[in-house]
Amino acid sequence: MRNRAKYVAFFVVPAFALVGIFVVYPVARTVVLSFLDSDGKFVGLENYIRVLSSREIINLEGLSRGFPLGALVHNLLWIAIHLPLTLALGLVLAVLLRNVRGGAVIKSIIFLGMVMPMIVGGVMINFMFDRNLGIFNAFLKIFGIPAKSWTAYPDTALLALIFGSVWLWVGFSTVLYSAGLETIPKDLYEAAQLDGASALKIFTKITIPMLRPITIVVVTMTLLWELKVFDIVYVATMGGPGGASNVLALQMYTYAFRAMDFNRSAVVAVLLTMSTLLVSLPLLRTLRDDQS
Amino acid sequence: MFVSLLGWLVALVWILPFMGVFMTAIRPLDELLNGWWNFATFRPTINNFSGAWNHPTAALSRGMLNSLIVAIPATLLPLFLATMAGYGLSRYRFKLRTPLLALVIIALALPQQTIAVPIFQMMNALNLVDTYLGLIIVHTAWGIPWIAFFMRNFFTTIPKAMEEAARIDGASDITIFFKVVLPLAMPAIGSAFALQFTWVWSDFFLALILIYSPDKLLATQRIPLMRGVYHVDWGLLSSAAILVMVVPIVVYLVLQRYYIKGMVGWSLK
Repeated sequence: MRNRAKYVAFFVVPAFALVGIFVVYPVARTVVLSFLDSDGKFVGLENYIRVLSSREIINLEGLSRGFPLGALVHNLLWIAIHLPLTLALGLVLAVLLRNVRGGAVIKSIIFLGMVMPMIVGGVMINFMFDRNLGIFNAFLKIFGIPAKSWTAYPDTALLALIFGSVWLWVGFSTVLYSAGLETIPKDLYEAAQLDGASALKIFTKITIPMLRPITIVVVTMTLLWELKVFDIVYVATMGGPGGASNVLALQMYTYAFRAMDFNRSAVVAVLLTMSTLLVSLPLLRTLRDDQS
Repeated sequence: MFVSLLGWLVALVWILPFMGVFMTAIRPLDELLNGWWNFATFRPTINNFSGAWNHPTAALSRGMLNSLIVAIPATLLPLFLATMAGYGLSRYRFKLRTPLLALVIIALALPQQTIAVPIFQMMNALNLVDTYLGLIIVHTAWGIPWIAFFMRNFFTTIPKAMEEAARIDGASDITIFFKVVLPLAMPAIGSAFALQFTWVWSDFFLALILIYSPDKLLATQRIPLMRGVYHVDWGLLSSAAILVMVVPIVVYLVLQRYYIKGMVGWSLK
Protein backbone atom coordinates (compact mmCIF):
# COMPACT_ATOMS: atom_id res chain seq x y z
CA MET A 1 0.00 0.00 0.00
CA ARG A 2 1.43 3.35 -1.04
CA ASN A 3 0.03 5.48 1.69
CA ARG A 4 0.60 3.07 4.54
CA ALA A 5 3.12 5.21 6.42
CA LYS A 6 0.81 8.20 6.16
CA TYR A 7 -2.09 6.25 7.65
CA VAL A 8 -0.01 4.76 10.45
CA ALA A 9 1.09 8.26 11.35
CA PHE A 10 -2.47 9.55 11.22
CA PHE A 11 -3.87 6.86 13.51
CA VAL A 12 -1.06 6.19 15.92
CA VAL A 13 1.12 9.28 16.30
CA PRO A 14 -1.22 11.75 18.09
CA ALA A 15 -2.00 9.33 20.91
CA PHE A 16 1.53 8.10 21.40
CA ALA A 17 3.02 11.59 21.20
CA LEU A 18 0.97 12.47 24.29
CA VAL A 19 1.94 9.23 26.03
CA GLY A 20 5.58 9.88 25.20
CA ILE A 21 5.59 13.39 26.61
CA PHE A 22 3.38 12.93 29.64
CA VAL A 23 4.02 9.31 30.64
CA VAL A 24 7.28 7.97 29.22
CA TYR A 25 9.37 11.08 29.76
CA PRO A 26 8.22 11.58 33.39
CA VAL A 27 9.00 7.93 34.17
CA ALA A 28 12.50 8.31 32.73
CA ARG A 29 12.95 11.57 34.62
CA THR A 30 11.93 9.89 37.89
CA VAL A 31 14.51 7.15 37.34
CA VAL A 32 17.17 9.82 36.75
CA LEU A 33 16.08 11.78 39.84
CA SER A 34 16.54 8.68 41.98
CA PHE A 35 20.29 8.75 41.24
CA LEU A 36 20.81 12.50 41.87
CA ASP A 37 21.15 14.61 44.99
CA SER A 38 19.15 17.78 45.54
CA ASP A 39 21.78 19.81 43.62
CA GLY A 40 21.49 17.51 40.62
CA LYS A 41 24.82 15.76 41.23
CA PHE A 42 25.06 12.03 40.44
CA VAL A 43 25.36 10.06 43.67
CA GLY A 44 24.98 6.47 42.51
CA LEU A 45 22.96 4.26 44.81
CA GLU A 46 23.25 6.55 47.81
CA ASN A 47 19.55 7.53 47.78
CA TYR A 48 18.55 3.90 47.52
CA ILE A 49 20.67 2.94 50.51
CA ARG A 50 19.32 5.87 52.49
CA VAL A 51 15.70 5.05 51.71
CA LEU A 52 15.95 1.29 52.18
CA SER A 53 17.66 1.71 55.53
CA SER A 54 15.15 4.27 56.80
CA ARG A 55 12.58 3.24 59.36
CA GLU A 56 9.73 4.60 57.27
CA ILE A 57 10.35 1.90 54.67
CA ILE A 58 11.58 -1.07 56.70
CA ASN A 59 11.45 -0.94 60.49
CA LEU A 60 13.18 -3.98 61.93
CA GLU A 61 12.50 -2.89 65.50
CA GLY A 62 8.82 -3.26 64.71
CA LEU A 63 9.27 -7.02 64.51
CA SER A 64 9.58 -7.17 68.29
CA ARG A 65 7.68 -4.00 69.24
CA GLY A 66 4.74 -4.13 66.84
CA PHE A 67 3.54 -1.57 64.29
CA PRO A 68 4.86 0.37 62.42
CA LEU A 69 6.86 -2.18 60.46
CA GLY A 70 7.66 0.18 57.60
CA ALA A 71 5.78 0.99 54.39
CA LEU A 72 7.39 -1.77 52.34
CA VAL A 73 6.54 -4.44 54.92
CA HIS A 74 3.01 -3.05 55.20
CA ASN A 75 2.49 -3.45 51.45
CA LEU A 76 3.78 -7.03 51.66
CA LEU A 77 1.43 -7.72 54.55
CA TRP A 78 -1.40 -6.25 52.51
CA ILE A 79 -0.61 -8.72 49.75
CA ALA A 80 -0.21 -11.66 52.13
CA ILE A 81 -3.67 -11.15 53.66
CA HIS A 82 -5.69 -9.49 50.92
CA LEU A 83 -4.68 -11.58 47.92
CA PRO A 84 -5.62 -15.07 49.19
CA LEU A 85 -8.80 -13.77 50.82
CA THR A 86 -10.14 -11.97 47.74
CA LEU A 87 -9.19 -14.86 45.46
CA ALA A 88 -10.84 -17.51 47.62
CA LEU A 89 -13.92 -15.43 48.42
CA GLY A 90 -14.35 -14.41 44.79
CA LEU A 91 -14.16 -17.98 43.56
CA VAL A 92 -16.50 -19.31 46.25
CA LEU A 93 -19.02 -16.54 45.63
CA ALA A 94 -18.89 -16.99 41.86
CA VAL A 95 -19.64 -20.71 42.22
CA LEU A 96 -22.21 -20.19 44.95
CA LEU A 97 -24.14 -17.37 43.28
CA ARG A 98 -24.64 -19.40 40.11
CA ASN A 99 -27.20 -21.46 41.97
CA VAL A 100 -28.87 -18.59 43.80
CA ARG A 101 -32.06 -16.91 42.69
CA GLY A 102 -31.20 -13.28 42.06
CA GLY A 103 -27.51 -14.12 41.98
CA ALA A 104 -26.94 -11.41 39.37
CA VAL A 105 -28.39 -8.80 41.72
CA ILE A 106 -26.16 -9.97 44.57
CA LYS A 107 -23.16 -9.80 42.26
CA SER A 108 -24.06 -6.21 41.34
CA ILE A 109 -24.25 -5.30 45.02
CA ILE A 110 -20.89 -6.87 45.78
CA PHE A 111 -19.41 -5.12 42.76
CA LEU A 112 -20.41 -1.69 44.08
CA GLY A 113 -17.22 -1.66 46.12
CA MET A 114 -15.25 -1.57 42.87
CA VAL A 115 -17.37 1.19 41.38
CA MET A 116 -17.15 3.80 44.11
CA PRO A 117 -14.21 6.19 44.24
CA MET A 118 -11.54 4.71 46.51
CA ILE A 119 -11.50 7.93 48.50
CA VAL A 120 -15.10 7.08 49.43
CA GLY A 121 -14.00 3.49 50.00
CA GLY A 122 -11.62 4.74 52.68
CA VAL A 123 -14.43 6.67 54.37
CA MET A 124 -16.60 3.54 54.29
CA ILE A 125 -13.84 1.47 55.94
CA ASN A 126 -13.46 4.05 58.70
CA PHE A 127 -17.21 3.99 59.12
CA MET A 128 -17.41 0.19 59.39
CA PHE A 129 -14.81 0.17 62.14
CA ASP A 130 -16.02 3.30 63.95
CA ARG A 131 -16.50 3.01 67.71
CA ASN A 132 -20.11 4.24 67.78
CA LEU A 133 -21.50 3.68 64.30
CA GLY A 134 -19.44 0.77 63.03
CA ILE A 135 -21.27 -2.43 62.24
CA PHE A 136 -18.10 -4.32 63.12
CA ASN A 137 -18.30 -3.17 66.74
CA ALA A 138 -22.02 -3.91 66.89
CA PHE A 139 -21.18 -7.43 65.81
CA LEU A 140 -18.38 -7.82 68.35
CA LYS A 141 -20.68 -6.62 71.11
CA ILE A 142 -22.62 -9.88 70.76
CA PHE A 143 -19.49 -11.61 72.03
CA GLY A 144 -18.90 -8.99 74.73
CA ILE A 145 -15.85 -7.45 73.07
CA PRO A 146 -15.61 -3.73 73.94
CA ALA A 147 -16.08 -1.22 71.11
CA LYS A 148 -13.23 0.87 69.73
CA SER A 149 -12.35 2.69 66.53
CA TRP A 150 -10.12 0.03 65.03
CA THR A 151 -8.44 2.30 62.48
CA ALA A 152 -7.28 4.71 65.21
CA TYR A 153 -4.89 2.37 67.06
CA PRO A 154 -1.40 1.39 65.86
CA ASP A 155 -1.92 -2.33 66.55
CA THR A 156 -5.05 -2.62 64.45
CA ALA A 157 -5.10 0.31 61.96
CA LEU A 158 -3.38 -1.50 59.10
CA LEU A 159 -5.26 -4.75 59.62
CA ALA A 160 -8.59 -2.90 59.69
CA LEU A 161 -7.71 -1.22 56.38
CA ILE A 162 -6.66 -4.51 54.83
CA PHE A 163 -9.82 -6.37 55.86
CA GLY A 164 -11.95 -3.40 54.85
CA SER A 165 -10.30 -3.41 51.44
CA VAL A 166 -11.28 -7.06 51.02
CA TRP A 167 -14.88 -5.88 51.27
CA LEU A 168 -14.15 -3.31 48.53
CA TRP A 169 -12.31 -5.55 46.11
CA VAL A 170 -14.03 -8.96 46.22
CA GLY A 171 -16.48 -7.79 43.54
CA PHE A 172 -13.67 -7.84 41.01
CA SER A 173 -12.66 -11.47 41.51
CA THR A 174 -16.31 -12.53 41.81
CA VAL A 175 -17.29 -10.93 38.50
CA LEU A 176 -14.23 -12.22 36.65
CA TYR A 177 -14.62 -15.74 37.99
CA SER A 178 -18.32 -15.66 37.13
CA ALA A 179 -17.46 -14.74 33.55
CA GLY A 180 -14.87 -17.51 33.55
CA LEU A 181 -17.29 -20.14 34.80
CA GLU A 182 -19.55 -19.41 31.84
CA THR A 183 -16.76 -20.44 29.45
CA ILE A 184 -16.32 -23.94 30.90
CA PRO A 185 -18.15 -26.39 28.63
CA LYS A 186 -21.13 -28.05 30.35
CA ASP A 187 -20.37 -31.52 28.94
CA LEU A 188 -17.12 -31.62 30.93
CA TYR A 189 -19.21 -31.56 34.11
CA GLU A 190 -21.73 -34.01 32.73
CA ALA A 191 -19.01 -36.48 31.78
CA ALA A 192 -17.47 -36.20 35.24
CA GLN A 193 -20.83 -36.73 36.90
CA LEU A 194 -21.46 -39.81 34.76
CA ASP A 195 -18.13 -41.16 35.97
CA GLY A 196 -19.40 -40.66 39.51
CA ALA A 197 -16.96 -37.91 40.52
CA SER A 198 -17.77 -36.09 43.77
CA ALA A 199 -18.61 -32.38 43.82
CA LEU A 200 -15.31 -31.63 45.53
CA LYS A 201 -13.40 -33.63 42.96
CA ILE A 202 -15.16 -31.85 40.09
CA PHE A 203 -14.30 -28.51 41.68
CA THR A 204 -10.61 -29.28 42.17
CA LYS A 205 -10.05 -31.28 38.97
CA ILE A 206 -12.18 -29.35 36.49
CA THR A 207 -13.27 -25.94 37.73
CA ILE A 208 -9.99 -24.73 39.19
CA PRO A 209 -7.73 -25.88 36.33
CA MET A 210 -10.13 -24.50 33.71
CA LEU A 211 -10.13 -21.14 35.48
CA ARG A 212 -6.34 -20.88 35.41
CA PRO A 213 -6.17 -18.08 32.79
CA ILE A 214 -8.67 -16.05 34.81
CA THR A 215 -6.76 -16.69 38.00
CA ILE A 216 -3.60 -15.30 36.41
CA VAL A 217 -5.44 -12.12 35.47
CA VAL A 218 -7.15 -11.73 38.84
CA VAL A 219 -3.89 -12.29 40.72
CA THR A 220 -2.04 -9.80 38.52
CA MET A 221 -4.67 -7.09 38.81
CA THR A 222 -5.10 -7.62 42.55
CA LEU A 223 -1.35 -7.46 43.15
CA LEU A 224 -1.14 -4.23 41.14
CA TRP A 225 -3.96 -2.78 43.20
CA GLU A 226 -2.35 -3.81 46.49
CA LEU A 227 0.96 -2.28 45.49
CA LYS A 228 -0.62 0.99 44.32
CA VAL A 229 -3.04 1.42 47.24
CA PHE A 230 -3.13 5.11 48.20
CA ASP A 231 -6.53 6.84 48.43
CA ILE A 232 -7.94 4.49 51.07
CA VAL A 233 -5.00 5.00 53.38
CA TYR A 234 -4.80 8.74 52.74
CA VAL A 235 -8.37 9.41 53.76
CA ALA A 236 -8.81 6.76 56.47
CA THR A 237 -5.62 7.08 58.50
CA MET A 238 -3.10 9.22 56.58
CA GLY A 239 -0.73 6.33 57.21
CA GLY A 240 -1.04 6.72 60.97
CA PRO A 241 -1.11 6.61 63.85
CA GLY A 242 2.64 7.10 63.93
CA GLY A 243 3.17 5.47 60.54
CA ALA A 244 1.43 2.27 61.64
CA SER A 245 -0.58 2.01 58.42
CA ASN A 246 1.84 3.72 56.04
CA VAL A 247 2.26 2.30 52.51
CA LEU A 248 4.79 2.92 49.73
CA ALA A 249 2.59 5.09 47.52
CA LEU A 250 1.76 7.33 50.46
CA GLN A 251 5.40 7.45 51.56
CA MET A 252 6.34 8.61 48.06
CA TYR A 253 3.79 11.39 48.34
CA THR A 254 5.02 12.37 51.80
CA TYR A 255 8.66 12.53 50.67
CA ALA A 256 7.82 14.51 47.52
CA PHE A 257 5.07 16.91 48.51
CA ARG A 258 5.47 17.24 52.29
CA ALA A 259 9.25 16.95 52.77
CA MET A 260 9.95 18.32 49.24
CA ASP A 261 12.64 15.68 48.80
CA PHE A 262 12.24 14.73 45.14
CA ASN A 263 15.19 12.35 45.13
CA ARG A 264 14.08 10.12 47.96
CA SER A 265 10.52 10.16 46.60
CA ALA A 266 11.93 9.08 43.23
CA VAL A 267 13.59 6.10 44.88
CA VAL A 268 10.29 4.98 46.41
CA ALA A 269 8.54 5.50 43.06
CA VAL A 270 11.18 3.43 41.25
CA LEU A 271 10.95 0.61 43.79
CA LEU A 272 7.18 0.64 43.47
CA THR A 273 7.38 0.62 39.67
CA MET A 274 9.85 -2.24 39.64
CA SER A 275 7.43 -4.26 41.75
CA THR A 276 4.46 -3.52 39.50
CA LEU A 277 6.46 -4.36 36.36
CA LEU A 278 7.58 -7.64 37.89
CA VAL A 279 3.95 -8.44 38.69
CA SER A 280 2.74 -7.69 35.16
CA LEU A 281 5.32 -9.92 33.42
CA PRO A 282 2.68 -12.62 32.79
CA LEU A 283 0.60 -10.08 30.85
CA LEU A 284 3.62 -9.14 28.72
CA ARG A 285 4.16 -12.81 28.00
CA THR A 286 0.62 -13.19 26.64
CA LEU A 287 1.51 -10.41 24.21
CA ARG A 288 4.54 -12.34 22.97
CA ASP A 289 2.42 -15.45 22.34
CA ASP A 290 0.08 -13.18 20.44
CA GLN A 291 2.67 -12.10 17.90
CA SER A 292 3.00 -15.44 16.13
CA MET B 1 -32.58 -23.39 49.42
CA PHE B 2 -29.69 -23.29 51.89
CA VAL B 3 -27.43 -21.98 49.14
CA SER B 4 -29.86 -19.17 48.35
CA LEU B 5 -30.04 -18.21 52.01
CA LEU B 6 -26.27 -18.12 52.21
CA GLY B 7 -26.08 -16.04 49.03
CA TRP B 8 -28.47 -13.43 50.35
CA LEU B 9 -26.71 -13.41 53.70
CA VAL B 10 -23.52 -12.47 51.85
CA ALA B 11 -25.43 -9.76 50.01
CA LEU B 12 -26.66 -8.44 53.36
CA VAL B 13 -23.13 -8.27 54.77
CA TRP B 14 -22.01 -6.40 51.65
CA ILE B 15 -24.88 -3.96 51.69
CA LEU B 16 -24.89 -3.18 55.44
CA PRO B 17 -22.16 -0.51 55.24
CA PHE B 18 -24.12 1.22 52.46
CA MET B 19 -27.28 1.15 54.57
CA GLY B 20 -25.30 2.45 57.52
CA VAL B 21 -23.86 5.36 55.60
CA PHE B 22 -27.29 6.16 54.19
CA MET B 23 -29.02 6.03 57.57
CA THR B 24 -26.27 8.15 59.11
CA ALA B 25 -26.69 10.68 56.33
CA ILE B 26 -30.45 11.10 56.73
CA ARG B 27 -30.72 11.05 60.53
CA PRO B 28 -29.89 13.79 63.06
CA LEU B 29 -26.83 13.29 65.26
CA ASP B 30 -28.73 12.63 68.52
CA GLU B 31 -30.52 9.67 66.97
CA LEU B 32 -27.25 8.04 66.01
CA LEU B 33 -25.81 7.82 69.51
CA ASN B 34 -27.32 4.35 69.97
CA GLY B 35 -26.32 3.22 66.50
CA TRP B 36 -27.88 3.91 63.10
CA TRP B 37 -29.66 0.55 63.35
CA ASN B 38 -31.65 1.74 66.38
CA PHE B 39 -35.09 2.96 65.31
CA ALA B 40 -36.61 3.91 68.68
CA THR B 41 -37.16 7.31 67.10
CA PHE B 42 -36.83 8.08 63.41
CA ARG B 43 -36.87 11.67 62.16
CA PRO B 44 -35.28 11.77 58.72
CA THR B 45 -33.62 15.03 57.72
CA ILE B 46 -31.87 16.45 54.70
CA ASN B 47 -29.73 18.78 56.81
CA ASN B 48 -26.62 16.68 56.36
CA PHE B 49 -26.98 16.63 52.58
CA SER B 50 -27.55 20.36 52.35
CA GLY B 51 -24.67 20.82 54.79
CA ALA B 52 -22.30 18.90 52.52
CA TRP B 53 -23.72 20.49 49.36
CA ASN B 54 -23.28 24.04 50.73
CA HIS B 55 -20.29 23.38 53.01
CA PRO B 56 -18.65 26.73 53.87
CA THR B 57 -15.09 25.71 52.92
CA ALA B 58 -15.54 22.59 50.77
CA ALA B 59 -18.98 22.88 49.12
CA LEU B 60 -19.74 19.77 47.11
CA SER B 61 -22.01 21.68 44.73
CA ARG B 62 -18.89 23.36 43.40
CA GLY B 63 -16.76 20.22 43.72
CA MET B 64 -19.10 18.06 41.66
CA LEU B 65 -19.35 20.72 38.97
CA ASN B 66 -15.55 20.94 38.87
CA SER B 67 -15.26 17.17 38.62
CA LEU B 68 -17.65 17.16 35.66
CA ILE B 69 -15.69 19.94 33.95
CA VAL B 70 -12.59 17.75 34.20
CA ALA B 71 -14.13 14.32 33.66
CA ILE B 72 -16.00 14.98 30.42
CA PRO B 73 -13.07 16.21 28.30
CA ALA B 74 -10.70 13.83 30.11
CA THR B 75 -12.95 10.97 28.95
CA LEU B 76 -13.78 12.05 25.38
CA LEU B 77 -10.28 13.15 24.41
CA PRO B 78 -8.40 9.93 25.25
CA LEU B 79 -11.35 7.90 23.94
CA PHE B 80 -11.03 9.53 20.53
CA LEU B 81 -7.23 9.43 20.29
CA ALA B 82 -6.89 5.92 21.70
CA THR B 83 -9.61 4.45 19.48
CA MET B 84 -7.62 5.65 16.47
CA ALA B 85 -4.40 4.32 17.95
CA GLY B 86 -6.01 0.98 18.77
CA TYR B 87 -7.25 0.74 15.18
CA GLY B 88 -3.80 1.57 13.84
CA LEU B 89 -2.20 -1.07 16.06
CA SER B 90 -4.66 -3.73 14.94
CA ARG B 91 -4.69 -3.06 11.18
CA TYR B 92 -1.16 -2.07 10.19
CA ARG B 93 2.08 -3.98 10.53
CA PHE B 94 4.92 -1.57 11.12
CA LYS B 95 8.30 -1.73 12.78
CA LEU B 96 7.31 -0.02 16.01
CA ARG B 97 4.10 -1.98 16.47
CA THR B 98 5.31 -4.57 18.97
CA PRO B 99 7.36 -2.07 21.01
CA LEU B 100 4.30 0.21 21.20
CA LEU B 101 2.13 -2.67 22.38
CA ALA B 102 4.72 -3.55 25.00
CA LEU B 103 4.79 0.10 26.05
CA VAL B 104 1.04 0.05 26.44
CA ILE B 105 1.13 -2.97 28.74
CA ILE B 106 3.96 -1.49 30.78
CA ALA B 107 1.97 1.74 31.10
CA LEU B 108 -0.99 -0.27 32.43
CA ALA B 109 1.17 -1.42 35.32
CA LEU B 110 2.68 1.96 36.24
CA PRO B 111 1.73 3.60 39.52
CA GLN B 112 0.81 7.27 39.18
CA GLN B 113 3.47 8.04 41.77
CA THR B 114 6.11 7.37 39.12
CA ILE B 115 5.11 10.35 37.04
CA ALA B 116 4.03 12.65 39.87
CA VAL B 117 7.12 14.78 40.48
CA PRO B 118 8.17 15.30 36.83
CA ILE B 119 4.54 15.99 35.87
CA PHE B 120 4.34 18.61 38.58
CA GLN B 121 7.58 20.21 37.36
CA MET B 122 6.51 20.12 33.71
CA MET B 123 3.12 21.62 34.48
CA ASN B 124 4.83 24.22 36.58
CA ALA B 125 7.08 25.15 33.65
CA LEU B 126 4.04 25.33 31.36
CA ASN B 127 2.11 27.44 33.88
CA LEU B 128 -0.52 24.70 34.03
CA VAL B 129 -0.36 23.84 37.71
CA ASP B 130 -3.72 24.50 39.38
CA THR B 131 -5.51 24.56 36.01
CA TYR B 132 -8.00 22.02 34.70
CA LEU B 133 -6.26 22.01 31.31
CA GLY B 134 -3.14 20.59 32.91
CA LEU B 135 -5.09 17.91 34.75
CA ILE B 136 -7.08 17.01 31.64
CA ILE B 137 -3.89 16.59 29.62
CA VAL B 138 -2.41 14.23 32.22
CA HIS B 139 -5.63 12.20 32.45
CA THR B 140 -5.71 11.97 28.65
CA ALA B 141 -2.14 10.71 28.40
CA TRP B 142 -2.71 8.36 31.32
CA GLY B 143 -5.93 6.94 29.86
CA ILE B 144 -4.67 6.40 26.31
CA PRO B 145 -2.63 3.21 26.92
CA TRP B 146 -5.43 1.15 28.44
CA ILE B 147 -8.07 2.38 26.01
CA ALA B 148 -5.77 1.80 23.03
CA PHE B 149 -5.05 -1.72 24.27
CA PHE B 150 -8.73 -2.41 24.87
CA MET B 151 -9.80 -1.06 21.47
CA ARG B 152 -6.99 -2.86 19.68
CA ASN B 153 -8.18 -6.12 21.23
CA PHE B 154 -11.70 -5.33 20.10
CA PHE B 155 -10.64 -4.49 16.53
CA THR B 156 -8.68 -7.73 16.16
CA THR B 157 -11.94 -9.61 16.77
CA ILE B 158 -14.04 -7.90 14.08
CA PRO B 159 -13.76 -9.21 10.50
CA LYS B 160 -12.07 -7.03 7.90
CA ALA B 161 -14.44 -7.95 5.07
CA MET B 162 -16.50 -4.75 5.25
CA GLU B 163 -13.41 -2.56 5.32
CA GLU B 164 -11.97 -4.35 2.30
CA ALA B 165 -15.23 -3.97 0.41
CA ALA B 166 -15.15 -0.22 1.10
CA ARG B 167 -11.53 -0.07 0.01
CA ILE B 168 -12.38 -1.69 -3.31
CA ASP B 169 -15.04 0.99 -3.73
CA GLY B 170 -12.22 3.51 -3.50
CA ALA B 171 -12.63 4.78 0.07
CA SER B 172 -9.48 5.96 1.84
CA ASP B 173 -8.42 4.34 5.11
CA ILE B 174 -9.46 7.45 7.00
CA THR B 175 -12.95 7.45 5.47
CA ILE B 176 -13.22 3.73 6.19
CA PHE B 177 -12.32 4.31 9.83
CA PHE B 178 -14.91 7.04 10.39
CA LYS B 179 -17.71 5.66 8.18
CA VAL B 180 -17.37 1.88 8.54
CA VAL B 181 -15.33 1.05 11.62
CA LEU B 182 -16.48 3.62 14.19
CA PRO B 183 -20.18 2.67 14.01
CA LEU B 184 -19.23 -0.99 14.50
CA ALA B 185 -17.04 -0.08 17.45
CA MET B 186 -19.73 1.76 19.41
CA PRO B 187 -20.33 -1.02 21.99
CA ALA B 188 -16.62 -1.19 22.80
CA ILE B 189 -16.42 2.59 22.90
CA GLY B 190 -19.34 2.53 25.33
CA SER B 191 -17.42 0.19 27.62
CA ALA B 192 -14.31 2.34 27.48
CA PHE B 193 -16.40 5.45 28.12
CA ALA B 194 -18.04 3.98 31.22
CA LEU B 195 -14.72 2.93 32.73
CA GLN B 196 -12.63 5.97 31.82
CA PHE B 197 -15.34 8.34 33.05
CA THR B 198 -15.67 6.58 36.41
CA TRP B 199 -11.91 6.42 36.84
CA VAL B 200 -11.37 10.10 36.09
CA TRP B 201 -14.28 11.04 38.34
CA SER B 202 -12.86 8.84 41.09
CA ASP B 203 -9.28 10.03 40.69
CA PHE B 204 -7.78 11.59 43.75
CA PHE B 205 -4.01 11.44 43.41
CA LEU B 206 -3.50 13.42 40.19
CA ALA B 207 -5.90 16.09 41.40
CA LEU B 208 -4.11 16.17 44.74
CA ILE B 209 -0.75 17.04 43.18
CA LEU B 210 -2.04 19.44 40.50
CA ILE B 211 -5.06 21.31 41.88
CA TYR B 212 -4.87 23.26 45.14
CA SER B 213 -6.96 26.47 45.03
CA PRO B 214 -9.89 25.94 47.44
CA ASP B 215 -12.53 26.88 44.85
CA LYS B 216 -10.99 24.64 42.19
CA LEU B 217 -10.80 21.45 44.26
CA LEU B 218 -12.56 18.46 42.74
CA ALA B 219 -15.28 16.45 44.50
CA THR B 220 -12.94 13.67 45.68
CA GLN B 221 -10.53 16.24 47.13
CA ARG B 222 -13.30 17.73 49.26
CA ILE B 223 -14.11 14.46 51.04
CA PRO B 224 -11.08 14.51 53.37
CA LEU B 225 -11.89 18.16 54.16
CA MET B 226 -15.37 17.23 55.40
CA ARG B 227 -13.92 15.33 58.32
CA GLY B 228 -13.81 17.62 61.36
CA VAL B 229 -10.50 18.27 63.07
CA TYR B 230 -11.31 17.07 66.61
CA HIS B 231 -14.24 14.80 66.00
CA VAL B 232 -15.68 13.24 62.88
CA ASP B 233 -19.02 14.67 61.78
CA TRP B 234 -20.34 11.40 60.40
CA GLY B 235 -23.62 12.87 59.18
CA LEU B 236 -21.81 15.35 56.98
CA LEU B 237 -19.14 12.91 55.86
CA SER B 238 -21.71 10.21 55.01
CA SER B 239 -23.77 12.62 52.91
CA ALA B 240 -20.66 13.76 51.09
CA ALA B 241 -19.59 10.16 50.48
CA ILE B 242 -23.01 9.32 49.03
CA LEU B 243 -23.08 12.38 46.76
CA VAL B 244 -19.63 11.63 45.35
CA MET B 245 -20.20 7.90 44.81
CA VAL B 246 -23.65 8.31 43.32
CA VAL B 247 -22.25 9.53 40.00
CA PRO B 248 -20.08 6.49 39.17
CA ILE B 249 -22.73 4.16 40.59
CA VAL B 250 -25.37 5.64 38.26
CA VAL B 251 -22.99 5.27 35.32
CA TYR B 252 -22.43 1.68 36.39
CA LEU B 253 -26.14 0.89 36.75
CA VAL B 254 -27.09 2.54 33.47
CA LEU B 255 -24.19 1.11 31.47
CA GLN B 256 -23.86 -2.10 33.48
CA ARG B 257 -23.55 -4.38 30.48
CA TYR B 258 -20.83 -2.22 28.96
CA TYR B 259 -19.16 -1.69 32.29
CA ILE B 260 -18.78 -5.39 33.09
CA LYS B 261 -17.78 -6.16 29.50
CA GLY B 262 -15.14 -3.48 29.78
CA MET B 263 -13.90 -4.76 33.10
CA VAL B 264 -13.73 -8.36 31.91
CA GLY B 265 -12.47 -7.58 28.42
CA TRP B 266 -9.97 -5.07 29.67
CA SER B 267 -8.33 -7.65 31.85
CA LEU B 268 -9.01 -10.81 29.86
CA LYS B 269 -8.12 -9.30 26.47
